[in-house]
Amino acid sequence: MTATMRVRADLDLCQGHQMCQGEAPDVFGFDEDADLVVVLQEHPEESLRPQVLAAVKYCPAMALGLLDQRKDADD
Amino acid sequence: MSKPQADIPEVSYAVPDDGYGHLAELRTDPISLLMRVREECGDIGRFRLAERDVVMVSGAEANEQFFRAPDSTLDQAAAYPFMTPIFGEGVVFDASPEERQQMLKNQALRGDMMRGHAATIEAEINRMVSQWGDEGEIDLLDWFAELTIYTTSSCLIGKPFREELDASFAEHYHHLEKGTDALAYVDAYADIESFRQRDAARVALVALVQAIIDKRVARGTVPKEERDLLDVLISVDYGADLITGIFISMMFAGHHTSSGTAAWGLIELMRHPEQMSDVVAELDDLYADGSDISFQALRSIPRLEAVLKETLRLHPPLIILLRLVQEEIELAGHTIAPGTMVAASPKVSNRIGEDFPEPESFDPGRYLDPRQEDLVNRWTWIPFGAGKHRCVGSAFAMMQLKAIFSVILRDYEFEMTQPSEDYRDDVSKMVIQLQQPCRVKYKRRSR
Repeated sequence: MTATMRVRADLDLCQGHQMCQGEAPDVFGFDEDADLVVVLQEHPEESLRPQVLAAVKYCPAMALGLLDQRKDADD
Repeated sequence: MSKPQADIPEVSYAVPDDGYGHLAELRTDPISLLMRVREECGDIGRFRLAERDVVMVSGAEANEQFFRAPDSTLDQAAAYPFMTPIFGEGVVFDASPEERQQMLKNQALRGDMMRGHAATIEAEINRMVSQWGDEGEIDLLDWFAELTIYTTSSCLIGKPFREELDASFAEHYHHLEKGTDALAYVDAYADIESFRQRDAARVALVALVQAIIDKRVARGTVPKEERDLLDVLISVDYGADLITGIFISMMFAGHHTSSGTAAWGLIELMRHPEQMSDVVAELDDLYADGSDISFQALRSIPRLEAVLKETLRLHPPLIILLRLVQEEIELAGHTIAPGTMVAASPKVSNRIGEDFPEPESFDPGRYLDPRQEDLVNRWTWIPFGAGKHRCVGSAFAMMQLKAIFSVILRDYEFEMTQPSEDYRDDVSKMVIQLQQPCRVKYKRRSR
């Protein structure tokens, strides 16, 4: 029943600014060839929430999202 | 299932058709026209622009379809004929606008370049404010337009080039921006005052750039670390006309947009003294430890950011975003044919009441937790556009605005010199700018 974060990146919107890597380096990586974000952890641990929220807020392409879901629910 | 284009309702006429459909209203009162499209037609409606149909969408669902459409379907360049005489008819770029945007992002707007840009911008603001003295008056349009000429030229082209510029460059540049009459949809070279001034301004800018080139050539080569983009373009034998066109186009997207937003941000803060005190207190607190503006401008300044976002929502620098349909596309349940122009409107979408409660009120609280109305409404909160071609300079722009307000609100307080409602936009051109006079008084803060 505990809530868990689910991180999403919309690759159609990503412009490769790499700001998210600065905000949450453990959660977001970068594919140099594709010039696109890579989500390293889809369900990061709760302690990373402030970092992930900052990445979502400051993404210049508004390409990131954070959903809360229950652990027992379907992905 | 999908309905034909002919079924899309057409908006009424408030200004009589002079043979070019709704062009007459677009040239005098474009905001009423765009607002009426949504009021009368809903998420999808039409108006006439010379011989073309313009299909305008609004609302999250239709906007998402518009902004997600691939380049092969919706073409940007062909939709803005008023830009051709500004960039220069002879300036043929090898790259599409999308590729140029990408190049700009990969070079001047790279994340790791931002620290340097922030320091450059702080220095430029300090330089202009240092002439202010203890009290005086400025014209918001002139002042911010000049400041942003220096910041964009310095950050995007290079410091040595910027050092060659003075207020005359900003004045000529302003005439280019004023040469964006929608009459260009009929004839971009029609014999009207604003087009004559536009063409004269471009000739004057080419002459200024030619003089700078001549000095560089006479000086000879300098070490690599002292070169800027102008040296690079001279070295590949580009002429003054082409170089000027490239510089104009690089600076265009970042100039009137940032200048206008800075001016409107200050006006809204003067109109809302309680917001002004909150922001001033936030900044005083932030800089109490003597930290650098160039450092803080890259970091979170929540209240100031919320004020800037709300300024952008109510006063988006671009009120309409246009594309030319290249391949058949479906929008809001209708099939749109190639050759049609399609549009989304930041001015209209940013004020949709279902997404932004009390849409006419200035309420920076919308962006604070838990409301976050910009993130929640990513297809209707669109001052920077949306989708793959969302403004690549948005982070740069926000950093610049944060730096500007950090400097001017740290040292000065401001007061309107004319009735609040007299600060308004001149909407007679596609590039919207403040109507002059738009003067304010400043006074050094006593602390």
